[in-house]
Amino acid sequence: MRLASGGRVDRAKPLSFVFDGKRYTGFQGDTVASALLANGVHLVGRSFKYHRPRGIMAAGAGEPNALFGIGRDEAHYTPNLTASQVMLYDGLVAESQNRSPSLERDTGSLIDRLWRFFPAGFYYKTFMWPRKAWTKLFEPRIREMAGLGRAPKAPDAARYGQIYAHCETLVIGAGPAGIAAALRAAAAGGRVILCDEQAEFGGSLLAENVAKIDGLPASDWLALSVAELQRLNVKMLPRSVAFGYFPHNMVGIAQDLTDYLGEPDTGIRGRLWQVRAGEVVVATGALERPMVFPDNDRPGIMLADSARVFVERYGVKPGTRAVVFTAHDEAYRAALALHEAGVEIAVIADLREAPAGGWVDKARAAGLLVRPGTVVTETSGHLRVTGVTLSTGEVVSCDLVLMSGGFTPSVHLFSQSRGKLKFDEALQIFVPGEPAEATRAVGAAAGAQTLAAALGEGYTVADLPDSGGGFLGAVPHGRDPATVRAFVDFQNDVTAKDLKLAMLEGFRSIEHVKRYTTTGMATDQGKTSNMNALGIVSEALGVPIPAIGTTTFRMPYTPIPFGLFAGYARGELFDPVRETPIHSWAKERGAVFEDVGQWKRARYFPNGDEDMNAAVTRECKAVRAGCGIFDASTLGKIEIVGPDAAEFLNRMYVNTWTKLKPGKLRYGVLLREDGFVLDDGVVGRMAEDRFHVTTTTGGAPRVLAMMEDYLQTEWPELKVWLTSTTEQWAVIAVQGPKAREILQHLVEGADISNAAFPHMSVAECKVAGVPARLFRVSFTGELGFEVNVPADHGRAVWEAIFASGGTTPYGTETMHVLRAEKGYIIVGQETDGTATPDDVGLSWAIGKTKPDYVGKRALARASMAAQDDRKQLVGVLTEDPGIVLEEGAHLVADPNQPVPMKMLGHITSSYWSGTLDRSIALAMVRKGRSRIGESFTVPLPDRNVKVTLTEPVFFDPEGVRINA
Amino acid sequence: MPDSVNLSNPPRSGDLRARAAAPMARFSLRGPESFAAEGVTALRLGPDEFLLLLPEGETPALAVPEPYSLVDISHRQIGIVLEGPAAADMLNAGCPLDLDERAFPVGMATRTLFMKADIVLWRVAEQKFHIEVWRSFAPYVWSLLEVIGLEYT
Repeated sequence: MRLASGGRVDRAKPLSFVFDGKRYTGFQGDTVASALLANGVHLVGRSFKYHRPRGIMAAGAGEPNALFGIGRDEAHYTPNLTASQVMLYDGLVAESQNRSPSLERDTGSLIDRLWRFFPAGFYYKTFMWPRKAWTKLFEPRIREMAGLGRAPKAPDAARYGQIYAHCETLVIGAGPAGIAAALRAAAAGGRVILCDEQAEFGGSLLAENVAKIDGLPASDWLALSVAELQRLNVKMLPRSVAFGYFPHNMVGIAQDLTDYLGEPDTGIRGRLWQVRAGEVVVATGALERPMVFPDNDRPGIMLADSARVFVERYGVKPGTRAVVFTAHDEAYRAALALHEAGVEIAVIADLREAPAGGWVDKARAAGLLVRPGTVVTETSGHLRVTGVTLSTGEVVSCDLVLMSGGFTPSVHLFSQSRGKLKFDEALQIFVPGEPAEATRAVGAAAGAQTLAAALGEGYTVADLPDSGGGFLGAVPHGRDPATVRAFVDFQNDVTAKDLKLAMLEGFRSIEHVKRYTTTGMATDQGKTSNMNALGIVSEALGVPIPAIGTTTFRMPYTPIPFGLFAGYARGELFDPVRETPIHSWAKERGAVFEDVGQWKRARYFPNGDEDMNAAVTRECKAVRAGCGIFDASTLGKIEIVGPDAAEFLNRMYVNTWTKLKPGKLRYGVLLREDGFVLDDGVVGRMAEDRFHVTTTTGGAPRVLAMMEDYLQTEWPELKVWLTSTTEQWAVIAVQGPKAREILQHLVEGADISNAAFPHMSVAECKVAGVPARLFRVSFTGELGFEVNVPADHGRAVWEAIFASGGTTPYGTETMHVLRAEKGYIIVGQETDGTATPDDVGLSWAIGKTKPDYVGKRALARASMAAQDDRKQLVGVLTEDPGIVLEEGAHLVADPNQPVPMKMLGHITSSYWSGTLDRSIALAMVRKGRSRIGESFTVPLPDRNVKVTLTEPVFFDPEGVRINA
Repeated sequence: MPDSVNLSNPPRSGDLRARAAAPMARFSLRGPESFAAEGVTALRLGPDEFLLLLPEGETPALAVPEPYSLVDISHRQIGIVLEGPAAADMLNAGCPLDLDERAFPVGMATRTLFMKADIVLWRVAEQKFHIEVWRSFAPYVWSLLEVIGLEYT
């Protein structure tokens, strides 16, 4: 019911919303929860396991029951939102969860009748027989029933932003303690950021009708303070949840920007802040605990302070006749507030024998009935509470129960920062202890018990009585425990009985108890259950609470939409898409592209309706018969300059470089310290002190980093410097018997005849009028060149060469086939990080007289020499030339041996060779070289394929064509 | 008499790596993060690394004691200038550095990240930043800035 006046809602701004298909009205400033209560709606959910009817328990983040799916359509749908945290907007559409067909009539409630068969961990002991029923019956049904809420059926239409921010002080929580801390920090100078999960700053002050701060009503003090924060340029972030604390004072904050406006399709829905702060002040307040008593979960049973907040902040009367059950003084304040709002307070049952203090006195003075040393032993009602039974024997009718077990400081973020918690024996709460980061807690989060303590020095608080008390654990009820369920974790349906069962089963560690019972594991992360669970475990084991400890607090504090973490990295912007200067030409030509790391590379150029095989076969033949043109721009390139350049290369690569003359190329092999091949590439000596080094496309950053590492840490005395030039040069490969003929007339300033420019030469000249580095090098085994021109000119030079006629554009697939026909390895394909140069037939590249190079020592290890069955590079030909083997397939000697078979090696590369009109493959096989000529079998799922091992070269083994 | 370096390609930007030595006439190796002299701007990216920016077609005339490495990387990267009151905030959408003027003053330049791209970031003026990014990452950076910019119109 809505009160005629009072609260911070704006009664002049009515809002219309729909819940489970029914239309209701609320006001600007309502949450979905307060609006529902104002309309007399208490039944909001069915519990996770037992499908018990549940109502709204809390006014804020601790709410475990009222989880709704909210959104006007699938593209704007978010499940599992807490009704007491969602601000109402006009047109909001919400649906309850976990019920079928409706909240009032839910077929799942059958489980509640059979609750004795579904204790905690029941699934560890059931569903084992019959085995066949698992896939057909048990698993599908359990999947249907497990989980809470449903995933949206359309992609998230919202956009999200991100920002990194820096400040000297980040204050998390804008209640009285947070506001005071922010004012102090701002006055001291430095950048201050203040965030709060709620739409308005103020925290507990938003429902503070009694206290005076510095002589002002709390709401006035709040308004003035917010204005002052603004004046001091404090960056204020309302609707912003600090959800995670990361190393070195980085805090993640999820800021809502448009949800509260009904998520219009303009602008970003929210922003992820990653804040690096000099100091973090945790002012996250405290959350009220429920009391654990039998059937404490009926709709209409709510936290006492939350009930007061509904009255004083939202102007809502949550019931007509209330029973209060408490162990803390604040419930008396709540009882008075409800009493003043016209709710009949039937009785205040207090667990404590002799409650006393300002609020207790006021309640008694107002004529409210107080029963000390009394507990609630039973409740009645199905879709709404109808009454309670007290330990005195009295049965009291009511439609509202207020419960308060005390307040738990919200230490989640402090704990996430790896700060240690300490247990305050007197107050029976965990409070922040020794911090691990530059952080401190203030206010209720730090254990402050009064508003004055929360504000700290410099403020005076008047008219507010002190308040204390609290209880941890299950309330003694004197009934037969076998018949009773008292709920501890409402969201996961964990009862006191379940926790005791865990201990009967032998679990002692709180981490085990948590996982066995699932207490504290729901989306509310135990906000209202962790401490009571600890109390129950402590009593059952006879171990004091601080000795048991707490479970690990994990982010996020409250659920965060995935979209926030994705941020801008969606769709086209998920990853950089790297294109070469020639890409546009290939695209216009209809090339099919493949991803190589972040690069797009043309894989093949189909003519007409050619499939890949047809296109590749045609391209291969065209290269070997005439000339092909290929974009090799993605190759890594490093310019190595300095008087010690050759010495540096000698130390890094296996080869000897000192005698390589300027104008010459050499194929370099790079190992890791452990002697295994890491990368390879052709290196050109441009001058005495200047090398143009190439690497594999994927290896470029790795190789440069390794080289820089050695230069900076091992050989800082060497006078040599490295510059990445991968993107400085476009690289156009021109390959085939006609390559020289085609290029010749475009080259100025260099004689590229075979005599003047033999294989493995380099010259600086002009190609198509553009200054170039012309390499005579081949990865196809044909006469070949690689034209390096500055990237801006890449496409123009490509087009000039192509316009000469007689060239066929080919892609990476053809490139792979042609090099395999010649037995040229690809690092990362033939090698897998465990191949030595000898394994892949590259011993010839090693400079035998070099005193040292990276990996030399590892190769000389006795254990390396002792291995006589290392995998070696060989060629593989199938008996049936039409069969193309799968890469990764294994070779065995006898396909009829029992499984697991002895595997002798695996296929590293496998293609259809248009040149040879049959399949070819390369493989790494144990003792491969000594097995050339022998037959083996490749067992595949559907058949066994017979193969013979050969030399790893299938075409022009003498290398005649490359030297043309 | 200044040393000059002959390159086959007239550079627009060059990567200069030189060992720290005694301060010299023009480019001090222990100077501020960026400095300009005779049409050439040098951004100091590391103890022995400078990024030189100069007009197209020109060759830097260096008075740097040998040995050093001078490599033309004019075609390797693309410059993007971001100017306006929201410039720093827009950069902070993808760059984790503190861009407050006290932490990143005018003239400072550094390698850093912008989402998944490596960039060189140089503050030219209070509200003006110059980004250098490798050419294949430039479309990504540009598109990102466009999307981020929607929040600041």
